[in-house]
Amino acid sequence: MRDSVANIALPVGALIAALLLFGFFVWLGGVSPVETWVLLFKGAFGDWFSWQNTLQRAAPLMLTALCVALPARAGLVIIGGEGALVLGALAAAALPYAVPVPHNIVGTVMVCVAGMLAGGAWIALAGALRQYRGVNETISSLLLAYTAIAIFKQLVEGPLRDPATLNKPSTRSLAEGILIGGIGGSDVHWGLVLGVIACLGLGLWLAVTASGFSVRVVGGNPRTAQLVGLPATRLILLACALGGACAGLAGAVEVAAVHTNANASLIAGYGYAGILVAFIARQNPIAIIPVAILFGGFGAAGSLLQRRLDLPDASVQVLQGIAFVLILASEALRNLDWAALGQKLKRSSGPVASASGETAA
Amino acid sequence: MNDVLLPFFAAILGGALRVGVPFLFVSLGECLTEKSGRINLGLEGVLVLSAMAGFGGSYLSGSAWIGVLVAAAAGALLALLHGLLCSLPRVNDVATGIALMLLGTGLAFYLGKPLIQPQAPQLPPLALGNWSESSVLQAALQVNPLLPLGIVLAVLLYLGFARTRWGLLVRLAGDSAAATKALGYSVNSIRIAATAAGGAIAGLGGASLTLFYPGSWNEGISSGQGLIAVALVIFARWSPLRCVGAALLFGGAGAIGPALQSIGISQGYYLFGGVPYVLTLVILVFTCKPGAVAKGSPGELSSVK
Repeated sequence: MRDSVANIALPVGALIAALLLFGFFVWLGGVSPVETWVLLFKGAFGDWFSWQNTLQRAAPLMLTALCVALPARAGLVIIGGEGALVLGALAAAALPYAVPVPHNIVGTVMVCVAGMLAGGAWIALAGALRQYRGVNETISSLLLAYTAIAIFKQLVEGPLRDPATLNKPSTRSLAEGILIGGIGGSDVHWGLVLGVIACLGLGLWLAVTASGFSVRVVGGNPRTAQLVGLPATRLILLACALGGACAGLAGAVEVAAVHTNANASLIAGYGYAGILVAFIARQNPIAIIPVAILFGGFGAAGSLLQRRLDLPDASVQVLQGIAFVLILASEALRNLDWAALGQKLKRSSGPVASASGETAA
Repeated sequence: MNDVLLPFFAAILGGALRVGVPFLFVSLGECLTEKSGRINLGLEGVLVLSAMAGFGGSYLSGSAWIGVLVAAAAGALLALLHGLLCSLPRVNDVATGIALMLLGTGLAFYLGKPLIQPQAPQLPPLALGNWSESSVLQAALQVNPLLPLGIVLAVLLYLGFARTRWGLLVRLAGDSAAATKALGYSVNSIRIAATAAGGAIAGLGGASLTLFYPGSWNEGISSGQGLIAVALVIFARWSPLRCVGAALLFGGAGAIGPALQSIGISQGYYLFGGVPYVLTLVILVFTCKPGAVAKGSPGELSSVK
């Protein structure tokens, strides 16, 4: 009980502290902190237009956060989700070049599956390098991400380039029938539903199934996993592949629902923001949903801050950085004995309080 | 034949000497940090922030060397934050590094917005190629003046680790926290000091990114050099001297694409841009062994276990 209170109170407290500190930071630059907070809220959740923008950004964040959270539950720190997203997008856009894709829902499923396979294989490779060669997965996943971006740029500007795109090299657009549309005529596309389903489904998988439980044992206590004879390598590869598939799906959805083709604006840092979302959600897939919406909101509010207050577009990144640092630092408060601290404070403030004639309650 | 090969190899050499300099400083900084028993993935953030700070310092003061000092100071400050955060109970150094990577790049882009347009005073190149007749070789040997400093620093670090009391203390903290405590030293203080000093060294790498050719500040200034440094240190087996060779090798690998382009081959330009990353990965695959601790690694390091 105490634990679950801390699980929610610590990140929430850290987020509030991060917003305060961010306010102080913009105040140093001569910008009103109150106005900044109001605009952050308005730009994220102020009206239906903001909500659409927020939810549109939350969809890929949920999926890239899963690419951090699932391997993390198996004990791996994977930070190369950006690479899986980029390759997933590339695979989705490239599929019609390789095989005939029907211009209907079947085609949509096919491009999404192509993205998932590409992303899953990429992150599973990082897991395999660790299990079979002892290569640190944090570093290898990041190197793989940079490699993926190099491959992406090479193919998009080279063999896959649509000759009609002059200024902004892109692949040929997907056919109309394959594209993913908005939900009920809004700008919020079905990718959001896919993200929520993935979070809920994988959350349930970890919580109630035998294989999900085994993954948590492998991550939580490798020694025990070895003693009871769990196939650690297989489970780790499974967690990596599932996580990578989610990030790859995010890339495919970005292509099919937002950009219609693969081009360099896909490399927008969703993979890195996903790391933050996963850490704040404490690697819990279900908690990822609200956190991704919150950070999608901050991302959406970024352009409003830029327009109204003339803040640089990186201000949201600063806020994210501060939030991440404080969330990690807040872990230090977890085992603090709050009751004893309260007693101590009361005792030390007692004489002062009575001197000023107040009751030290 | 010679008309093609000479410019090609001159471009690779020039690229190695130019692109290798930031790698050298970041890997030396990471080496010092890891010797004390901590890993700093946040050096990527340190590099970008100090690149911006160095450029800004040079622009505002009118002196590139003041820019270099500002860059080192900015690097030390951000790394100090890493050192302090990691000293808190239950705070993991890998996760903190990722957070500082985000924070450092965010701060650099935020504060560096007004610096994208202007030109700042640059460090004067050292012309080491005057003995040669060939103009391409002369151009390739226009060396960053921070490169000799980096090599001196590598030798000093090597001697420092081997011969001095301070070096011994850093290695002690890195190899056995218990032994350090038993001798009455504070493990955390040593690690915080080593992390901050490592950040200052990495900051020099940031300065060499923006204060030497091509010499401008933009948001794509670093492409993961700070993270590659972590792999470079493993490759260099935690020896400052081997860091020099590793950094130049990586600079050369990164220069293959532009060198090919300079002799008229632009096929696969982006693929060659990925060579340093693939090379790092291949080196890691061959130098790491499953279940075994890497040779020469500090005993307290969490990342290599």
